[in-house]
Amino acid sequence: MLKQLFSVLALVASSAALAAGGPAVKLDKAPIDLYNKESLQNGARLFQNYCLGCHQMEYQRYSRTFRDLGIPDEVGMETLAFGAKKVGDHIKNAAPKADLAKWFGAAPPDLTNVARVRGPDWLYTYLRSFYVDPTRPFGVNNTVFPLVGMPHVLQELQGIPYKRVEKQMIDGVEHEVTIIEADGTGELSKEEYDRAVADLVNYLEYTGEPSKLESHSLGIKVMIFLFIFFILAFLLKKEYWKDVH
Amino acid sequence: MFKNLMSWIEYRMPFMEKMNLHVMQYPAPKNFNFWYFFGSLAMLVLVNQIVTGIWLTMNFVPTAEGAFASVEYIMRDVEYGWLLRYMHSTGASAFFVVVYLHMFRGMMYGSYQKPRELLWIFGMLIFLVLMAEAFMGYLLPWGQMSFWGAQVIISIFGVIPGIGEDLTLWIRGDYVISGATLNRFFALHVIALPLVLVILVFLHIIALHEVGSNNPDGIDVKRPNDGQTYENNVSDKFKFHEYFTKGGKKIIVDAIPFHPYYTVKDIVGVVGFLIAFCAVIFFVPEGGGFFLEPPNFEPANPMKTPEHIAPVWYFTPFYAILRAVPDQLFGAIFMFAAIVLLALLPWIDRCHVRSVRYRSTLHKLNLVNFVISFIVLGVLGVLPATPTYTLIAQIASVAYFGFFGLLWWYSKNEKTKPLPVRLS
Repeated sequence: MLKQLFSVLALVASSAALAAGGPAVKLDKAPIDLYNKESLQNGARLFQNYCLGCHQMEYQRYSRTFRDLGIPDEVGMETLAFGAKKVGDHIKNAAPKADLAKWFGAAPPDLTNVARVRGPDWLYTYLRSFYVDPTRPFGVNNTVFPLVGMPHVLQELQGIPYKRVEKQMIDGVEHEVTIIEADGTGELSKEEYDRAVADLVNYLEYTGEPSKLESHSLGIKVMIFLFIFFILAFLLKKEYWKDVH
Repeated sequence: MFKNLMSWIEYRMPFMEKMNLHVMQYPAPKNFNFWYFFGSLAMLVLVNQIVTGIWLTMNFVPTAEGAFASVEYIMRDVEYGWLLRYMHSTGASAFFVVVYLHMFRGMMYGSYQKPRELLWIFGMLIFLVLMAEAFMGYLLPWGQMSFWGAQVIISIFGVIPGIGEDLTLWIRGDYVISGATLNRFFALHVIALPLVLVILVFLHIIALHEVGSNNPDGIDVKRPNDGQTYENNVSDKFKFHEYFTKGGKKIIVDAIPFHPYYTVKDIVGVVGFLIAFCAVIFFVPEGGGFFLEPPNFEPANPMKTPEHIAPVWYFTPFYAILRAVPDQLFGAIFMFAAIVLLALLPWIDRCHVRSVRYRSTLHKLNLVNFVISFIVLGVLGVLPATPTYTLIAQIASVAYFGFFGLLWWYSKNEKTKPLPVRLS
């Protein structure tokens, strides 16, 4: 009975995921590791250098980021927090909001929670799916987010990405596979670029829910306590119910 | 010293007397099974919601400008704010899980039948208020799904002929959902409805203790003292409050004092529940997108409609019925009827045997039909309405209402099994 219930629930979950307007493009799994401080720090550095110009994190403070990422406040303020006066400031830019909306067609969304809205896999795939498209205002389009208003800000890292469609045999059926490849003019190799995007997404996953760093370790302690409590409670019940049985 | 204090109090307010009546000397049938955990668990979740809710209000800003940011402030800057918020958001879903199971227990064992009709009605009122409470609470974080979910649900009232438009205006306090709506929903969510809930729960328990608890066998534990003797009656070992024995006119059979037997048993249930509850809070607080929906991490934006609006999972069975009916007004009527029919169960079910254990195969199948149609409707309510899904929702709706029709028809002269004399 319980097994059936779970399989029904699993079915619901999977069909709901489909129903959520799942993108046409298959998403790559983002290699997230919230306990890799180096990756998080690199992600924060990338965010400050490439994203903060237009996007903000208006709910996340520098102090919290520094504390969780193991960055001393003074070091962080000097190397990461451009334009921020106090360590308790939120991660904001000074860009003119109304102009941004005019330039890009839509205001750049706040990115504090973007990993919770889109999911890390979406972000990881999206940032690796820009390609040259001369018909677009910024010369690039995106397979995950068609007609996106955002320029390819990581181009100097990735190089100029071109899209081509290839026919491939998968399980005996011919499929059209979209391949995006950079021209090699970027600062990073393909693997290095994927790693950099993974770090950035890892950082966004962290800012979406900083409490995760705390909740997982606290959760394990709580669960252990509850399991012991359960055994004791069960024995207590058994002892009392001797009168009844 | 303590004894003196207690008797001083007792003289002025019958504290121990009431404790004996409702707890220590309250006869509870000895055969409660797994399904009987959910009443006490519902109380636990209610307390959890009230306590975490009080702490959340300390940092929540009930304005359209400040609500979303204040929730993020609670999540990031308030010590253990994330824990309070996840306890509260998970608690909302947990409330419906335990209440649905609690209600289904009542349906299985005929706990709504005479003399427990009023008890059932109080329960249904609690369910209604709980739905309103959950709906209003969901608007408060002021995310995209808060806003658009509320938009959809409030617009349901707009289909009422004549007064519909004015009614939605009255509920919102504005022509669109706005800060005015948020403020009034906040007031109702944190004061008015919890107060009503607590009063209804109190009445639910008073009514329960007057008629006594039902049990999986559906037979009475309070029998007329007509000289019949009961061998190996466990109740002989215990002292029950004279209110229940009516000064010797009644004899208690196969029941045990609520405390300590069911208090220690409920602790096991509580800890078991907490294991599941904490697993969600600490490891999957979004509940796979069902307890906290991803679009709700984006602030409400009246200019941008989400791709797919689905109410939170606990409303979806009724939402699916609403959508299954082609006409809006009739959709709303059927949705409302789906709840009213549940409240009328004591009169729809005309059988005098309570427990499913001793009822006909047809009744058992009909209960299975109810469960399947309810779950199917719940699943469909989450999904977008495609023609195929709508057809399935229509079939499931017919099955859902068919449960009540069939029950009314066969329960009058149902072929039941003989009832046992003693609890199993």
